[in-house]
Amino acid sequence: MSPTTRSLMSRPVSRRAVLGGAAAAAAASTLNAPFVLAQPARLKVGLMLPYSGTFAALGNNITDAMTLAINEKGGKLGGREVQYVRVDDESEPSKGAQNTNKLVVGEKVDILVGTVHSGVAMAMVQVVREEGTTLLIPNAGAGAATGALCAANIFRTSFSNWQPSFPMAKVMYDLGHRNVVTMTWKYAAGDEAIGGFKDGFTALGGKIVKDIAVPFPDVEFQAHLTEIASLKPDAVFVFFAGGGAVKFVKDYDAAGLRKTIPLYGSGFLTDGVLKAQGPAAEGLLTTLHYVEDLPNPVNRKFSADFKKATTRDVDVYAVQGYDTGQLLVQALDAVKGDVRAKSALHAAMRNAKIISPRGEWTFSKAQNPVQDIYLRKVVNGENKYQSVAHKGLADPATGCKLA
Amino acid sequence: MDPLFVSLQILNGIQYGLLLFLIASGLTLVFGILQVINLAHGSFYMIGAYLAFWLTSRTGSLGTAILVGLPLALLLGLAVERLMIRLLYARDHLTQVLLTYGLILVFNEAQRLLFGNDVHGVPVPEIFNASIRLTDTLSYPVYRLVVSAVCLALVFAMYLVIQKTRLGMHIRAGAVDRETVQLLGINIKALSMFVFAAGAGLAALAGMIAAPLSSVYPGIGEHILIICFVVVVIGGIGSIKGAFIAAILVGLADTFGKVLIPEFASVAVYAVMALILLWRPQGLFGRA
Repeated sequence: MSPTTRSLMSRPVSRRAVLGGAAAAAAASTLNAPFVLAQPARLKVGLMLPYSGTFAALGNNITDAMTLAINEKGGKLGGREVQYVRVDDESEPSKGAQNTNKLVVGEKVDILVGTVHSGVAMAMVQVVREEGTTLLIPNAGAGAATGALCAANIFRTSFSNWQPSFPMAKVMYDLGHRNVVTMTWKYAAGDEAIGGFKDGFTALGGKIVKDIAVPFPDVEFQAHLTEIASLKPDAVFVFFAGGGAVKFVKDYDAAGLRKTIPLYGSGFLTDGVLKAQGPAAEGLLTTLHYVEDLPNPVNRKFSADFKKATTRDVDVYAVQGYDTGQLLVQALDAVKGDVRAKSALHAAMRNAKIISPRGEWTFSKAQNPVQDIYLRKVVNGENKYQSVAHKGLADPATGCKLA
Repeated sequence: MDPLFVSLQILNGIQYGLLLFLIASGLTLVFGILQVINLAHGSFYMIGAYLAFWLTSRTGSLGTAILVGLPLALLLGLAVERLMIRLLYARDHLTQVLLTYGLILVFNEAQRLLFGNDVHGVPVPEIFNASIRLTDTLSYPVYRLVVSAVCLALVFAMYLVIQKTRLGMHIRAGAVDRETVQLLGINIKALSMFVFAAGAGLAALAGMIAAPLSSVYPGIGEHILIICFVVVVIGGIGSIKGAFIAAILVGLADTFGKVLIPEFASVAVYAVMALILLWRPQGLFGRA
């Protein structure tokens, strides 16, 4: 069974309507066209994203927002009809290379988009570095993808793990915090996120009293909370997401620490989990490259359009998907759909200016977004925009030789 | 390290240990008496947690959720024993592992279909939603102490049932020699069903009362299963007393491992297990 038919069968109706509708419209227009034979071949876009498992909702939001961006511009890329080929990567790193090859070698896709999980994304990076396929990463924040392993054909439209937490250092320093305890899970994303905060905080002259790393995905935090209470730092900065974020925020509050030692985090601490965290998260300050109520017209329009197309609310993943779609539209228009002119295509991408719901952004030399990072606060169970924590922040791209 | 800090960490360790005991006791009972390796034991913990989430959001009270949810979990335990586990008593462990592993997949998929992949929280019951002030920075949540008290009460109740009642005598006898018990005219089928359902019920109850402390998320069952097997192996298979002591040991090893040797926190528990098994290969209270 080909990846396309499999994903078609397992796909819910709403999304099938979105993609299928576009495909049907495309087919109809092809039939009616007077010069059928003169039509260029369809452009193949490979989508390697999680469509099952824990990250399925993220994969779906990225996909739907990306197709929304393309359909807004007529559903074509550089004047060519688009064929989407989907593969469910199951967020399974051990199948990463195999799934990538299915699309790159098997389906010979012109553009590859993926994925959410950093481990899987690194497998994709390895393959496209060999094969030369253009890869757009719509989420995975692993530093190396636009760092030591950066390449002319690899673009990231989301963030690097370092980025969202770096600006919190200045926010906390300005609030008078000098001695800070950091805490995360002991895994790559956690290390990189805490690294971003540390870089900023020590450069300002602040001190990291202790750097606590809990084995992943352990959620028994009580021993460390007792330790934090005895260390009495000015504040605590953490990186947690999902179930761990819910548990940590609730435990921290229940231990009475919120009143005496303020808690801060990267935005993932309060993204998609606020309902489960309940009142324990109220008032938390976090930094991220997006917040749902960002006051700009593009964001307002996108929120409404996305809701209309999918009946779901926007989130940071949808925005990243939307920008991936916008980038494809811009770059392929610039080369008039000729994906074989790779250096021209990559130059067009590199110079793209994305008018995003998260604000305008451009690519760094390492091909990661140079973007604003926002300070957000939890008010009445929602993340609310406070201010720009850092204007036009670029990842340090350690080890990247693209110049 | 100051004494207050150490005693607080001991409290943390015991607390974690008591909760582990509640889950592991069911596992060791089923293991010891029915000779069944029940990998799906963690699923009952997961089912308990999701029942607590679902029923609390419906009824608004964790107490009601437990009163309604616990009988449901027991019924599910009875059904699983009657329809599946019963067929395995005569089979080898590999078959049991295959079936109960399959059950994990079925229960996880059912959870995904019914509740999705989101993380859920269960609010702490209003009357216990307070903290006791310990130092100028740290308070202790009352609900954590309540959970420990419930665990201790259950430890005591289990002790009474197993040591002081006729049913307990049958259970103890069944753990020693299943065939002889049957020859003595005790209905071993009914006893097995009861033990399995009780084990499932204990795991589900643990999931329910722990739900406000942890969060409710997919895969919560597997996470707890491994550490429970460690408890059962250290304590000696089939020994409730062993499971109790082992659970407290594991709780303390985990807590102090994290604080004293953070670099090796994830191996602290397994190092303790390895040392104890070197000393007593059958576990603390296991029969050789």
